[in-house]
Amino acid sequence: MSEELRPLPAFEYVAPRSLAEAIVLMKQHGGAAQLLSGGTDLLPRMRKRKCAPSVIVDLNGIPGLSFIEMRGNDLHIGAGTRLTELHESRIVKEKAGALAAALRVMASPGIRNRATIGGNLCNGSKCADTPPALLVLDASVTLRGSDGERIVPLSEFFTQREKPVPGCGKTVIRADEIMTEVIIPCRQGSSTFLKLGRRKGSSISIASVAAFAAITNGKFEDVRVAVGAVGSAPVRSRKVEAALRGMPANEENIERASALIKEEIEPISDVRGSAAYRKEMASVLIRRVLTRIATGER
Amino acid sequence: MLVQFRLNGRMVEKQATPNSSLLDFLRDGLEMTSVKKGCDEGRCGACTVLLNGKPVCSCLMLAVQVRDAEVTTIEGLSRPGELSVVQKAFLENNGYQCGFCTPGMLLAAKALLDQNPDPSVEDIKEALEGNLCRCTGYEQIIESVSRAAEMMKTSVGA
Repeated sequence: MSEELRPLPAFEYVAPRSLAEAIVLMKQHGGAAQLLSGGTDLLPRMRKRKCAPSVIVDLNGIPGLSFIEMRGNDLHIGAGTRLTELHESRIVKEKAGALAAALRVMASPGIRNRATIGGNLCNGSKCADTPPALLVLDASVTLRGSDGERIVPLSEFFTQREKPVPGCGKTVIRADEIMTEVIIPCRQGSSTFLKLGRRKGSSISIASVAAFAAITNGKFEDVRVAVGAVGSAPVRSRKVEAALRGMPANEENIERASALIKEEIEPISDVRGSAAYRKEMASVLIRRVLTRIATGER
Repeated sequence: MLVQFRLNGRMVEKQATPNSSLLDFLRDGLEMTSVKKGCDEGRCGACTVLLNGKPVCSCLMLAVQVRDAEVTTIEGLSRPGELSVVQKAFLENNGYQCGFCTPGMLLAAKALLDQNPDPSVEDIKEALEGNLCRCTGYEQIIESVSRAAEMMKTSVGA
């Protein structure tokens, strides 16, 4: 019943011209206000009455939230940067392989032209595609609120819950905080992303996997693996990572480590796939991303 | 709220409630009935319009968000009595059956051709990825876009 689409509920609309103004508005309205970035996820949720904010604070008129730039060894991406710009960015392709690979299989042009990276993260969807990629790239996010600014590692940004609690945040972001940027430290190594969905355009992931690895003298020196759509939140796989660190980057080790994911995740069964299928697929996808990195295949 | 924006090349001004989607605003308020309501949640692409030249799902935007922007619908593609090249190509190559998805397909195709005058079949598939055709006429649609690209190279006119 909650899935039924109805016209948008009534709300007050405000379009602040600065971040400071937006923060004041969010503080003033507490949890009753909702930020609007791309709107591609928010509007359907409002039509399904999954949320009914009394105030919409539109971030689209605020300058300075959309950029892609290198600062020293770090890649900084404005939270309001649209997926199309990231998809077409040469810097993202060169410096953040897993993110570029995720963008290649995300949504359709009409959605990518509106959806933003900040929105994709702040929605806290367990099946969003940028989180696994950004997790293996060791990204952090900058949150600005009335008490100032804080930088949170993405690995601590999503809240892990056994069961979704209505009205509770799926991320650690506070009601008066706004995500301003994503910071990706660029390190030696290579990363990629794979997802399993029913089709490419607008397809929601059944399972998604990203991996980063630095291989020195044939051994995994630094390795990070993350999974999406197979738990309550996108998450790093510490077991798979531990099984690979320091080990020769060969087929046997990759195969053995990939299987460990099945002990680590508790996926749900739904219309897109059973829990058992998701576990199996997560393991297969991990094996494939690691093999791609180990063999230098893109 | 008063929304002032450029629609198909002309400045328009119209009152919109904050909770009206761009889709409903265009159809009901401004009688741009080429913009179709399929799923109302960004999955079908029937409501595609060009926002500053780029395809977007008009069901996923609020009417008040297009202030000062430029919006193009099919009504803005053709001149009176003369179809645009993309429209001609779809017509001549049977790039439609029931026609419900056609406005979205045409605008997605136009946006592609504006950016890439010589698209491969893969480029076309990617550009039309968000536009569903329930009559399963994709082959002809893809051929129509390829043909439009050829026609643009050889012909004069819009």
